[in-house]
Amino acid sequence: MTLTTAQQRTKYVQGKDVALNGGQLVAHALRQMNPDLVAAYPITPQTVLMELFCQFVADGLVDTELLTVESEHAAMSACIGAAAAGARAQTASAGAGIAFMWELLWCASGMRLPIVMHVVNRSLSAPLNILGDHTDAMGCRDTGWVQLYAENAQEAYDNAIQALCIAEHPQVLLPVMECQDGFTISHAVQRVQLLPDEAVRTFIGDYQAEHSLLDLDHPVSFGANDDRNDFFWHKRQQWDALEHALDVIPQIGAAYGQLTGRPYGYFEGYRLDDAQVVLVVLGSVAGVARMVVEEMRSEGVKVGLLKIRCYRPFPAQAVADALRGATVVGVLDRSSCFGGQGGPLFLDTCTALYQRGLAPQTVNYIGGLGGRDIVPGHIRAVFQELLAIGRGHPVTRPMRFLDGPPPYDAR
Amino acid sequence: METGAGWRTISPGGVVTQAGNSVLYETGSWRTLRPIIHFDACSHCMICWLFCPDSAFLTEGKLLIGVDLEHCKGCGICAVECPKQCIEMVEEMAVRGGG
Repeated sequence: MTLTTAQQRTKYVQGKDVALNGGQLVAHALRQMNPDLVAAYPITPQTVLMELFCQFVADGLVDTELLTVESEHAAMSACIGAAAAGARAQTASAGAGIAFMWELLWCASGMRLPIVMHVVNRSLSAPLNILGDHTDAMGCRDTGWVQLYAENAQEAYDNAIQALCIAEHPQVLLPVMECQDGFTISHAVQRVQLLPDEAVRTFIGDYQAEHSLLDLDHPVSFGANDDRNDFFWHKRQQWDALEHALDVIPQIGAAYGQLTGRPYGYFEGYRLDDAQVVLVVLGSVAGVARMVVEEMRSEGVKVGLLKIRCYRPFPAQAVADALRGATVVGVLDRSSCFGGQGGPLFLDTCTALYQRGLAPQTVNYIGGLGGRDIVPGHIRAVFQELLAIGRGHPVTRPMRFLDGPPPYDAR
Repeated sequence: METGAGWRTISPGGVVTQAGNSVLYETGSWRTLRPIIHFDACSHCMICWLFCPDSAFLTEGKLLIGVDLEHCKGCGICAVECPKQCIEMVEEMAVRGGG
């Protein structure tokens, strides 16, 4: 049953239409979530987010204790300490900042602290580059954090709010990072819907930590040493928690959909049903790719798009099911993760397919590094190469680089 | 072979909920030098007790009576700090006997 516009308006919570960039919108999400602590250090392109949040703090709009620490390493340390004391702790960073706190990301997940980090994806130097790609978040894909990727500012905002619920879920209790492409999303003004403060407050609810360093009636120690047995078991527990996260993420996404009219799951499939060739992507390039899919579909070409939202834990079964009908799968990686058989998204996708006995031709495209644009022409050329492979063209190079005009099968 | 499946029951995140249970971890086995107190010279000033990083000195009332060998790691700080220099660090293996 389709709803009339009026019916739709009353079914979902009424937000406010505003023009904001991704950084600003997530700053609003942070304001609405009103965490006990935000400890952060500035780094482009996270700065638009934190600058606005700092303004909210200065204007007395939040109760948050803002800790302007000396480094990102200190920022995550502070979040860990605060979370161990039962506080809601959040931070935001990018690029080298994420790298600087890398060892502590393992502590946050190992200590099972529901910290939320807002990542504005930026490349890793050297050479120095401050623009957007996924290398920073990919560099910590192993840390046991849940990772969500947004296509645009609205998704970044929605992910930010849901991230807290996912993190604090008693079956999960893991830190969560939600990612938005640096500059492309963070600095581009978009028309978005800001939820009412009360709606966000109700959705995230209250948080009661099971253990707290400040609970003197139930004294606990955090950060203990493990022997060989216990360490292995604690890491096993983390795998278990990530499995639970695979259940929890769509549950929270559905609940969010009931509130806002924007439900969320592991990914968004576009024109997958009879697609012979599918492109798998992460982040803002999905918008460009969707446009090209639409164009090519109107030309009668059976292409489809799979935009991954939940990258960690990787929803292998669901991804394999979504790609079941495809004969050729292209995966676009927007990160510099060297030395393997392709980029991280490609590796995860291929493993998911192979484990289930699915064997489409798979090709990896590395593109958009260091803020380099991925334009419709790139995507169209990619689809054309994939279609040619579907018609029997040999896969000369399984890993290709979107560098200059096509073809890419020789690069 | 190690036992399995303990992961279901151990405390998530390794949070220790039993206050003060570090006493159960017997670090005395780490020792290579053992402090021997020469009580004939000891003035019971308690400076060794104060400095010991493992709280491994045993007292009874106002008297020093010995070393908690389950927790003493043999660091030798007591021997350095003792104003009477009446604590002697000896080879643990020699004291234990059996080489």
